Amino acid sequence: MPSNRYFQPEIETASRDYLHAIQSARLIRMVKNCYENVPFYRRKFDEIGLLPEDIHSIDDIVKLPFTIKQDLRDNYPYGLFAVPPKQLIRIHASSGTTGKQTVVGYTQEDVLHWAQGAARALVAAGCTKDDYVHVSYGYGLFTGGLGLHDGAALLGATVIPVSSGNTQRQVQILQDFHSDFLCCTPSYAMFIGETVAEMGIDPKTLPLRGGLFGAEPWTPNMRAEIERLLDIKAQDIYGLSEIAGPGVSYDCEAFDGLHVCEDYFYPEIIDPDTLQPLPDGESGELVFTCIGKEALPLVRYRTRDISSLTHETCSCGRTIVRMRKPVGRSDDMLIIRGVNVFPSQVEHVILSQGLDPNYQIHVDRADNLDVMTVVVELSEAMFSDSVSAIEVAERKLKNAMLSTLGVSANIKLVNPRSLPRSEGKAKRVFDNRGLIDYNVGNH
Amino acid sequence: MAIEQVSVFIENQPGRLLQILSLLAEEGIDLSAYSVAETSDFGILRIIVHDTDAAVAALKSHGFTAKKTEVLGLLIPNKTGSSVQAVELLSAAGINIEYTYAFVMPRAEEAFVLLRVEDNAPAEQLLRAAGIRTLEHGEIF
Repeated sequence: MPSNRYFQPEIETASRDYLHAIQSARLIRMVKNCYENVPFYRRKFDEIGLLPEDIHSIDDIVKLPFTIKQDLRDNYPYGLFAVPPKQLIRIHASSGTTGKQTVVGYTQEDVLHWAQGAARALVAAGCTKDDYVHVSYGYGLFTGGLGLHDGAALLGATVIPVSSGNTQRQVQILQDFHSDFLCCTPSYAMFIGETVAEMGIDPKTLPLRGGLFGAEPWTPNMRAEIERLLDIKAQDIYGLSEIAGPGVSYDCEAFDGLHVCEDYFYPEIIDPDTLQPLPDGESGELVFTCIGKEALPLVRYRTRDISSLTHETCSCGRTIVRMRKPVGRSDDMLIIRGVNVFPSQVEHVILSQGLDPNYQIHVDRADNLDVMTVVVELSEAMFSDSVSAIEVAERKLKNAMLSTLGVSANIKLVNPRSLPRSEGKAKRVFDNRGLIDYNVGNH
Repeated sequence: MAIEQVSVFIENQPGRLLQILSLLAEEGIDLSAYSVAETSDFGILRIIVHDTDAAVAALKSHGFTAKKTEVLGLLIPNKTGSSVQAVELLSAAGINIEYTYAFVMPRAEEAFVLLRVEDNAPAEQLLRAAGIRTLEHGEIF
């Protein structure tokens, strides 16, 4: 097995027994750390009569209580930290737009582990130390920019820390600086791809070979679109700032689930109603325990992401557990007339009709009834001088929405490229029912 | 023989038509005729101009969706009931008129009628056989 296929083959292709042993050792140490240094966890453990000595292996994880995002908010900003400030080397915070941000901290070790996760993802995408890594995630409190930056640096690749924004300049840099890999949100990758076309550049002439895109859910159709626009292979990199940043899990060349860095971030799938663990293959809420983390050792953190796990060895040779690409975060989920709707499903329908995946979902309440309107950009092909021809295409889109979502949506057509493009996470959902802001959070 | 028509997508938002018409005026594009089709969700502006390519390019560069279509152009007397004959002929032949609009030059003896049908050729043949004059794009300017 050529060693350049994996960044850390000793972990990524380790035996399940070996992984079980490391996980057990780390969980025992973590629970002790929580009990001794985080009053919140000591209280929670005391409530159920749990002592650190009760944890003998990773299998005992089911005895531990859950942590939710509200716990981070209630202990804002540093209340859940297990180390004193002199051990912290970095603070990040969520991009939440309402209420309190969730604040996370990292020790030297934590940053290293996170960077290892991002480096594993880069290597799985085919990146080597000879490559230029163009980082267009925002740098700052958001984990995207620095996460990929540290990962690429650890790998020994050359980082081009462009950050987000100024899209024409991004394209100039892609051309002139010989960027081999692009890292940003999938919606920004789309925008960059459209800009490449607009500037009259043939993507085949760009040195770019691959991209790692994450921080928001995206569909396989969107992957195909990005791959077409930029003439690259597009891989998913998953993370959430509460656990680390991008690098918690990642695609390999098999595109058959995201490999989880389970030596640091132990995943479980639970039934969100009964909170009972679910077996491999079953869909439920993804839960992470930061077994390798010193500063913010979150116990069974409920991500609200819907996924499933498989422990089967992947065709790429990795033995570490895979999670199915989340279809959406339950936080992003809209409830329209009692039906659960994920924006990713809407995106899927739009792409399947050959339309551009730049869209908006507006939800209003008229006469106590939820009304969902999907604003879609008209394509050249869809436009006609005949009203009836456009109405036929509109009706086709409406019917596809109804059959996929199980709830009807109004379609509103607007001119191509008239919806705002995003340089980071796209704001697509506008819920005007006055209930909740669905764009909070930091995927 | 046909007339080139430019169709423009109008978003269902106040001020959109004004925006398009002002843009064409600024670009010095003279409109010989126009009509608007509307639904509750969107509209289509159809215009007749001399240089259709320039109009399409100007509209597209400002982010509008525009397309060229060939429509039938007829020259008929500017007299009561004169369009009846043409419409009657097409309808008798089972040719469906998708849309139509007409315009008259000031103090002119004749009027122009624009017709959109599925297939121009048979409709044109039919009309010409009945002595109705059909026009080429250059002839109306």
